[in-house]
Amino acid sequence: MIGVVDYGGGNLASVGHALDRIQTGWQLVCNRSEVEAVDSLIFPGVGAAGPAMQGLQVQGLDTAIQQFVSSGRPYLGICLGHQLLFQRSAEDASACLGILTGEVVRLKTAEKVPHVGWNTVELRQSNRLFEGVEDEAFYFTHSFVANAGDEVVTARTTHGVPFVSAVSAAGVFGVQFHPERSGDAGLRLLTNFVGISQGAAGNAH
Amino acid sequence: MLTKRIIPCLDVAGGRVVKGRKFRYLKDRGDPVELARRYAQGGADELVFLDIAASTEGRETMVELVARVARELFIPFTVGGGIRSKDDVKRLLRAGADKVAIQTAAVNRPALVTEAAEVFGAQCVVVSIDAQRHSRGWEIFTHGAVRRTGLDALRWAVEVEQLGAGELLVTSIDADGGRGGYDLELTRSIADRVGIPVIASGGAGGPEDLLAVLTEGHADAALAASIFHSGDWTISEVKTALRSGGVAVRL
Repeated sequence: MIGVVDYGGGNLASVGHALDRIQTGWQLVCNRSEVEAVDSLIFPGVGAAGPAMQGLQVQGLDTAIQQFVSSGRPYLGICLGHQLLFQRSAEDASACLGILTGEVVRLKTAEKVPHVGWNTVELRQSNRLFEGVEDEAFYFTHSFVANAGDEVVTARTTHGVPFVSAVSAAGVFGVQFHPERSGDAGLRLLTNFVGISQGAAGNAH
Repeated sequence: MLTKRIIPCLDVAGGRVVKGRKFRYLKDRGDPVELARRYAQGGADELVFLDIAASTEGRETMVELVARVARELFIPFTVGGGIRSKDDVKRLLRAGADKVAIQTAAVNRPALVTEAAEVFGAQCVVVSIDAQRHSRGWEIFTHGAVRRTGLDALRWAVEVEQLGAGELLVTSIDADGGRGGYDLELTRSIADRVGIPVIASGGAGGPEDLLAVLTEGHADAALAASIFHSGDWTISEVKTALRSGGVAVRL
């Protein structure tokens, strides 16, 4: 079972509908025991970093997610859920989950910000999450980007300047774009994550 | 690189898609979800649903419509019309909308733009600007283009960016539904003054109009309704023409 993190913020419906479309069982998780019960986690994020971290802390989800990830179970962070993986965010000067090294900063470019629309990802190496969608465009909408260490960067995207658009490290995946809003390419990426989750759950059982 | 977005707009009243001219003479154009699905399959980059009735019952209908659209479509969509409070924003986002377009409420209480951006992020707050040309510039109108505000469109655009808007939807009241081309000067004047994306709206008659507004008009996205609803042009025909004109699009 896939858990979708509900910290009381914005649009959770889209990810749930996308999982329904690819016929994958999922449930919302809003507390520690619910997090502990699932095989993998998707953290969809729409919203600002500060209120999201407060929401997580109030529900005890911050430490629950940190422990979940350190247990080796798969995690997919989308947009804000990707950014919160890092140590801190310049948006509201918030401390984040600190699962990956790096910080989230405002995208500095001569182009328009927020970066809104369909853009391509340039994969640095092949990655299971991107199988079959290596050359596709995905939908982005964000003003902040994660400055991650090279060792975890899966893909970069260019908006005037290159920025990190996907990261991965030992079962932890983060994407700056919205697969649940990226048409068929996005559904394929989510299907890949479901495959990764099922593989991990199969090994554990 | 980032592609220019083509955005079909569905004006909704009483749960149906309607389209008129200069905000009047409304004709029934079909079921919103049916049309939305057709556009998504045809290559639309985003969709906009505007509740043009914006009545109390209308808002309930919109929440249900948003939920239906979100279940069936996997491209981003914006909902506008009658949004007055942070709670309205939250309900639409929770129902599955990716962004909300705020217009009259932003004029009446500008702090709403800031509050919504702080809680939900600037990326989901679109401020909608309906502007009418006069001798020295453009004036903002609200309430479905019937109420004058005395506000200058260019100054207002800069102000709402400072308030926290993530995007602007700029509609020329003069050009709306006339299919004689976008107001390029209005679009460019705003796009050059702000650092956030501008969606141009009002006046698309064919691919050449979208090409003009995305190049000469400096728009980041072009919204159109009549040319798609009528079946005169498909999205992929428009995008093919844009690509031949040197505009990066997702095909």
